[in-house]
Amino acid sequence: MLAYLLRRLLYAIPILIGVNLITFALFFIVNTPDDMARMQLGVKRVTAEAIEKWKAERGYDKPLFVNAKAPGVDVVTDTIFFSKSARMFVGDFGRAEDGRDITKEITSRMGPSLAIALPTFILGLFVTVSFALLLAFFRATYLDFWGVVLCVAMMSISGLFYIIGGQYLISKLWRLVPISGYTAGLDAWKFLILPVLIGVISGIGSSARWYRTIFLEEIGKDYVRTARAKGLSEITVLFRHVLRNAMIPILTGVVVVIPLLFMGSLLTESFFGIPGLGSYTIDAINAQDFAVVRAMVFIGSVLYIVGLILTDISYTFVDPRIRFE
Amino acid sequence: MTLLPILLWSDLLIWLLVLAGAVLGVLSWRNPPLRAAWRRVGRSRPGMASATVLAAFVLVGLLDSLHYRPRLENGDLGQPAAYAIEVLSALDAIAEPLRSRNEKTYSAPLATRAYAKESIEVRGADGRVQTTREFPRLKFGGLHLGEEEGTRDGDVLTRVLTAETFALGILAVVSLGAACFVARRGRVTVGRAWRNLWRGETEFAWNAVLVTLGVLLLTLLPVLFLCVDYHVFGTDKVGQDVFYQILKSVRTALVIGLVTTLVTLPLAIGLGILAGYFRGWVDDVIQYLYTTLSSIPGVLLIAAAVLMMQVVIDTHPQWFATAAERADLRLLALCFILGLTSWTGLCRLLRGETLKLRELEYIQAAQAFGVADFRILLRHIMPNLMHIIIIALVMDFSGLVLAEAVLSYVGIGVDPSMISFGTMINNARMELAREPMVWWSLASAFTFMFALVLAANLLADAVRDAFDPRMAGSS
Repeated sequence: MLAYLLRRLLYAIPILIGVNLITFALFFIVNTPDDMARMQLGVKRVTAEAIEKWKAERGYDKPLFVNAKAPGVDVVTDTIFFSKSARMFVGDFGRAEDGRDITKEITSRMGPSLAIALPTFILGLFVTVSFALLLAFFRATYLDFWGVVLCVAMMSISGLFYIIGGQYLISKLWRLVPISGYTAGLDAWKFLILPVLIGVISGIGSSARWYRTIFLEEIGKDYVRTARAKGLSEITVLFRHVLRNAMIPILTGVVVVIPLLFMGSLLTESFFGIPGLGSYTIDAINAQDFAVVRAMVFIGSVLYIVGLILTDISYTFVDPRIRFE
Repeated sequence: MTLLPILLWSDLLIWLLVLAGAVLGVLSWRNPPLRAAWRRVGRSRPGMASATVLAAFVLVGLLDSLHYRPRLENGDLGQPAAYAIEVLSALDAIAEPLRSRNEKTYSAPLATRAYAKESIEVRGADGRVQTTREFPRLKFGGLHLGEEEGTRDGDVLTRVLTAETFALGILAVVSLGAACFVARRGRVTVGRAWRNLWRGETEFAWNAVLVTLGVLLLTLLPVLFLCVDYHVFGTDKVGQDVFYQILKSVRTALVIGLVTTLVTLPLAIGLGILAGYFRGWVDDVIQYLYTTLSSIPGVLLIAAAVLMMQVVIDTHPQWFATAAERADLRLLALCFILGLTSWTGLCRLLRGETLKLRELEYIQAAQAFGVADFRILLRHIMPNLMHIIIIALVMDFSGLVLAEAVLSYVGIGVDPSMISFGTMINNARMELAREPMVWWSLASAFTFMFALVLAANLLADAVRDAFDPRMAGSS
């Protein structure tokens, strides 16, 4: 197991290097720092000196890969690739357009993101699995049929509608909770209820339908027939046997996203004004802050790879047959 | 020439797609298992009902894909013809009144007066100018009523009733035509065919198609009858007709949903079967490629790529003759980016399936006979992957349409000047907070997007059930 994990971790390194190269190519080769400078400075103030100054302030005035003029090791290290891309491996993301340290910003914004994402995730998983089990319990009845119809309808509604509609109905019309905002500490609950609720509801459609097919596939198997033949009640069969065995395919889809919860949700956070990483990314996109977007891309892929490894580990917990060698 | 035909890049791709669809249709009709699967799709009632709705959307989208630049009236015949900078489409020509009759600002659906009060100067009976605050009359909405605005409800009612009569008439003619067709095919009397058709005892789900067509006609014909003289879904902030925006959004959604797959398919199919068939280092390289790409969270990769594309477009204004061309190229670039980020899932599926197929006896037999690898891939592996490809194609569509709205909202979607469901929602997002509330833009955008996505999802389900061999036994 340990050897397997080690190998997986080693395998992650070339992937991260690949991600790093892709982002580097996107941000520095497809668009030269000159283009970025022109973009940031606006059309009016563009002069050759201004561009040079902008680049020098941000360290974009170095050569891309090889600095032939520099002495010693600096041939490789005093380059854009090393100072901007390779340094991301040690958690140094540089500074944003407004001069703030990106690493510090990210650590302080992780909290609010998690405060929304974690309850949404746990509650959402609970609600969808229960709903799917309910549909599986009433399989081939009208309840099941209309449940599936409801799922298809719900997954056809745009996520924007859930947010706009929910804000309008609950915050504006019924005035139950504030429309948007955030405070630190326990008082934040009243700002969190609505986004969590909307997040759960908007996720029900597609996942519940998918879980239902997984459950139905399991229900058709021989061990379920055996369990029924032993005289177990349908409830016991569903919870003790079907649910446990259906966990494997469900886990594949679910565990992968757990680390990504740190990243927050772009839409929810920007609509509800929550100072998390999602709204940070959106602000960076709108302000065309390339350094921040680059950092988020890198962190996102690190978290995704962590998620893949976690998925593998969780397999061994739910299915004793799986052994990694 | 009174107009200059223009072929935008996305038009070209759309018509290529129509052609490819036709070729694919003919090819899969010749292949017996695929033909049987398409027959199963044809029998599925939800599938055919949604296909009818989609056909209506596609019709609008195709009409909107014939572009031209109208000739300017310069009067002098000797001069070389000058064409307007504005690029119009066949749909614009048909919906000319919708396009050009712009109000000043918001107006409610079917309104004859604006939504907010304005100061109006009225010359009183004694000749003095008085300023009053009232709802100003709209420039075009209900113009034909003249002074008698009170007769609006009656006018709307008569129009709706006429439209419904027409709708029922058309429906009757079409159903009779379908019955005659069924009678000819099945060599039975028309009356018999009529009964079979409505009882759902035909090979093709005619009843679903006809019922859906009926519903479409009954809802859309009144809208068409009314939209000539009213703003059926109101007007937006700059006074543009919302119904016109909806019609234009359809093409954007279709381009995003369909052209993206055009980018995805060659990558996914080519790399997937190469990796699965050759294994070894080819497999390693391709696996590395798609693991790396898929490990970047989709939205962020799209955001990064779109940001870069914006910079390229902004720094090279000389590439584009008209604003429409720029918006169009940006739309295509978005499709391209979405395609590049979404091929990995299908590629992984195809690789797995190819790994399974290559161990089967008939492939080994072909290899033993010395058939070239390329030929084996084309003749023996590809046809057996068709069902996965078709399922993936229809499943992706609805997700892409929804994604467009979100991306446009985030600011990394289509060009702001291009009308799409996303830009409509984005422009209207603050309107619910107004007093009195402006709900019509958002409501119409969400409703039509819901109809499109729901139809696509239902069709995708029908296609998946028909093509997936695991499902074939269950139904």
